[in-house]
Parts: sequence; structure tokens; C-alpha cells
Amino acid sequence: MADPIVSFAEFEGSNATAVRIEPGDDARALIPHLDRLTLVEVTFPKFRDGRGYSSARILREAGYEGTMRAAGDVLVDQVPFMTRCGFDDFAPDVPLNEADVKAALGRYADVYQPAADARVPVWKLRHG
Amino acid sequence: MHAFQTSGNCIRNISSDQWAGAAADEVADPRPWAELLRQWSTLHPEFSYLPRKFKICLIASDEDRAAMRLHDIGIQLVERDGKLGAAFYVGGGMGRTPMIAPLIKDFVPIEDYLSYSEACLRVYNRYGRRDNIYKARIKILVHEIGAEEYARQVEEEFAHVKTLGIDPPLAELERISAMFAPPAFEASASDELDRSDPDFAVWVDQNVKPHKQAGYSIVNIALKPIGGIPGDATSAQIDVMADLAERYSFDELRVTHAQNIVLPHVAKRDLYAVWSALNDADLANANLDLISDIIACPGLDYCSLANARSIPIAQKIATRFADAERQRDVGELKLKISGCINACGHHHAGHIGILGVDKKGVENYQLTLGGSGAEDVSVGKILGPGFDEDGIVDAVEKAVEKYRNIREPGERFLDTYRRVGAEPFKEAVYG
Repeated sequence: MADPIVSFAEFEGSNATAVRIEPGDDARALIPHLDRLTLVEVTFPKFRDGRGYSSARILREAGYEGTMRAAGDVLVDQVPFMTRCGFDDFAPDVPLNEADVKAALGRYADVYQPAADARVPVWKLRHG
Repeated sequence: MHAFQTSGNCIRNISSDQWAGAAADEVADPRPWAELLRQWSTLHPEFSYLPRKFKICLIASDEDRAAMRLHDIGIQLVERDGKLGAAFYVGGGMGRTPMIAPLIKDFVPIEDYLSYSEACLRVYNRYGRRDNIYKARIKILVHEIGAEEYARQVEEEFAHVKTLGIDPPLAELERISAMFAPPAFEASASDELDRSDPDFAVWVDQNVKPHKQAGYSIVNIALKPIGGIPGDATSAQIDVMADLAERYSFDELRVTHAQNIVLPHVAKRDLYAVWSALNDADLANANLDLISDIIACPGLDYCSLANARSIPIAQKIATRFADAERQRDVGELKLKISGCINACGHHHAGHIGILGVDKKGVENYQLTLGGSGAEDVSVGKILGPGFDEDGIVDAVEKAVEKYRNIREPGERFLDTYRRVGAEPFKEAVYG
């Protein structure tokens, strides 16, 4: 069984390996502990609250390689952005239609900017 | 322009100078740099659910024709020691809480400017307010924590972001620049102009501006006939303008935020032909930047958000000042009208601004003086109690006549207001 997920407040001083961060939590506070983390659950209480995108990218940019889960009001329109910000696991309040997700992820062949995923921006494909 | 990200809490269309690529005073053509921003911001994975919509303006001249510092981010391309860079102003805006963007960084080397933009946005995305839609724009964040603290946070974020490889190589800028290559100007085009037709000469002096290429000019078509609806043109007039653009301006025509049209590249030898065709189509209004060159939002005539009508006020004011000589004597005077506090008519930035409000079911108009959307940017201040529809027209005239009486040589309305303050105008209007 996976380790229990602790809240951001409980994480400090614990030896938990899974943590849940809310939109207002400072993801950078987790950076000293990335080695022991295997799961970061980033909550999206409302899809319009986009702070979790920055949280995810900041952790990926700091070298976090464990699971990054988007939980809450996660809709199909957000999945491509979330994937680019480093999310690789989704726990939506309302289940997503798999075919829709696939279509959304495949909609654009190229990207304009580098992010936390492996996609190469179109200018880099042009100029190397 | 594109139709991507035209709504939602994302980075919207980048705005720039309507004379870009033509203006005699630009340090570089801002359009390739704006396009680079457009690409970077399109489907940006991190910044598509910001606290609120986000508008960026990029100009390349000291003269600001795009209200740069009234945007969420205003960028001015500048040169220092022969190198191109970007000055960043962050946290401006109009609407119900008008603010002028403070300078956050005076020189960002141009090879860093997307990374710096990313840092600006990341700080906003993380810390911009999300509890109240009216306090969610970046101007509120910058105002609440202070420009210095915001700049410090951006600097810290930038030090990290710069390592991520966000800035494309110069080769990409060069690829984009080729799409904005100057048209095939005639190198030997004559700079001479036959000004013997006095009506033509008046129009040239008011509406035609210097071009960076010798022998060429920037033509501004003021869609502001006296008594007409600001910015309106008939289908026949649009055909005329399209034909003129095709024939005399390398097939290029631009729409400006001041509700006018620009033909950016007209050879001086063609100016008379262009003017004649415009004149035949009632499009040769020689009132650019004069009091009848009014910006007006659609107002209650069309808009479901409006509290008051804007267009009839604009029509009445223009009619009151129909005398062309009096207008020219008054000189540059930017009058802007909004029919509600959303400020689509940019009244905060008007030398004279008019805001229509609803007062117990009756349209009421507040008068503000001293605003500017140019390089001498400022937010206008309310002069006093509001007026009804005819009262506001009288009040504008009284303020303008006061200015004519007390101005010093060379002063525009705005300069006089700044010198003497509101009191003399209050006295003239309410006295």
C-alpha cells in the first residue's frame, strides 16, 4: 500500500514520502526534500486557479522525478497544459473521457515554448 | 493580430505602435519582437489560468503612441551602448482602478527578454490575488507589495528561469523579421511636396507624419467627421481605403486604438492623389489629435455593460467645435469618452475624459482632466460633480476656453492644466 499523503503543513518535520500541496502553498519549500518524495499531489479546487501549474513546474525544474498528480477540478481542457508543466497523474473529481484526453493531447503537433516536459519548441527544431 | 487567446485569463494579443516599421523615431521595428512574445505566450502551459487577463504592449520609440504604461506589462525597446534591450514597466491598467505601470527594470538585454517576461508572469501567477475579480490584475499585486519588492521577486525568479533555455537564438528573430521586411521602397523617391492646395496643406500638417524612409510618409485617416460616429466608416469608404492601401501603401492598412486608420507607407509624390481620393469619400478630416478626434466606446447605444451613451456626447462635442480654425487654435487635445467604469473609451488617459454613469436611472457624465496615454502618461482627475448630456458639452467648452485664455505660448491644454492645476478650470466650469 502506498504511503499516506500528508498535507503541506504536516510534511515539515515528518518523514512522509507523499505530500499534498494546495494552491497557496510554496512549492519551493519542498525542494530540500525532493530525494525522499515519491508523490506530490497538487490540488486544483477550481480549474480557474492556475497556481498549481507553477508549483509543478518549479518542482520539475528543481529535479523532482517522482509522480506529480493533479487532483480536483481537473478538466480535459487543462490536461495538455498540465502535462507540459510536469503532471503525469490525474485524479479528477469527475472522470475524464479517455478519448477526449487523447484528442486534447494530440491536438497540436508543435509547441512554441520549452516547459517541464520533453517537447522541443518549434524554434529549436528549426535552428537546433 | 490573431484570434488566439482573445478571452480567458491568459496572455492576450500583444499590442504595439500603429506606426511600427514606419515611424522615423523607432530604435527597431517592434513587430518581430512582439511576434516573438506572441509565440512564447501562445498556449503557454503555465500562464493560461492566470488570476486575470493579461495584456502586454511593446513599443520602440520614446514617443508612446500605444498607451504602453497602461498595460499589465509595457515594454519599450531601447538602445544602450549600441545594444538593444527592453525596459519593463509592470502593473499598469485602466478600468475601475487606473494605474500607471512603474519601471521595474530599465534595461533587460534583448537576449533575455522572454525569460524576464516569464519571471514577471510567474511571480504574478503565484502571488496575484484570486479572491476578488476586481483585485486580480497584476496592477493590484504590484501596488500592494510595491514596485521594488515585485522587482526583487522577479529578479530572483529570473536568475532561475534564465537557466531553463526559454530564449530562442537570434536566428529565430531573424526568421520572424523576414516576415516584417520593409516593402520595396523606391530609394530615390522625392521628398518634395507641392503644397499649393491649401486644404491639402492643412491635412498634411495635421494628419501626415514622418516616415523613416526618405520620400515616404505615414498617412493617418481620421474617421472623425464632425457630428459622425467616432471610428465608423461606410462600406463604400472602406472600399476606398482598401483601394488606396493597395495602390499607394504596399497593400497595408492598420486600425488604431484611437479609432482611426493608418496607411503606413505612402510615397510623398502620391500624397495629393491619396488626399484627393479621401476627400472625395469624405475621409480627409484634418483633425488628427484635435478635440474632435474623440475616442468613444459604443456606450449604451450598443453595449449591454454601459451605464450611459457615449456616441451622442462625442457627436455633440465635435459639433460644438466644428469650426476647424478654432480646433487648430486649441491644438492637441485628446478627448476620450467611456460609457461605464470599464473604461473602454480610455477616459482616464484623456486630456479631457468623460465617464458616463447611471445616477438614479438618469445618465450622468463626469469630467476628468489631465490624463495622458502618451510618454507623459498620467491618470485624469475628476473635476467636480457630473453633468447631464448637454451640461457636459458646455463644461468641456468652458474648460477649453479657460485654457485658451490662460495658456502660455506653446502650451497644450494638458500642459496648462499641469501648470495651473484644477482650480482655474473648476472655477470656469462650475463658477
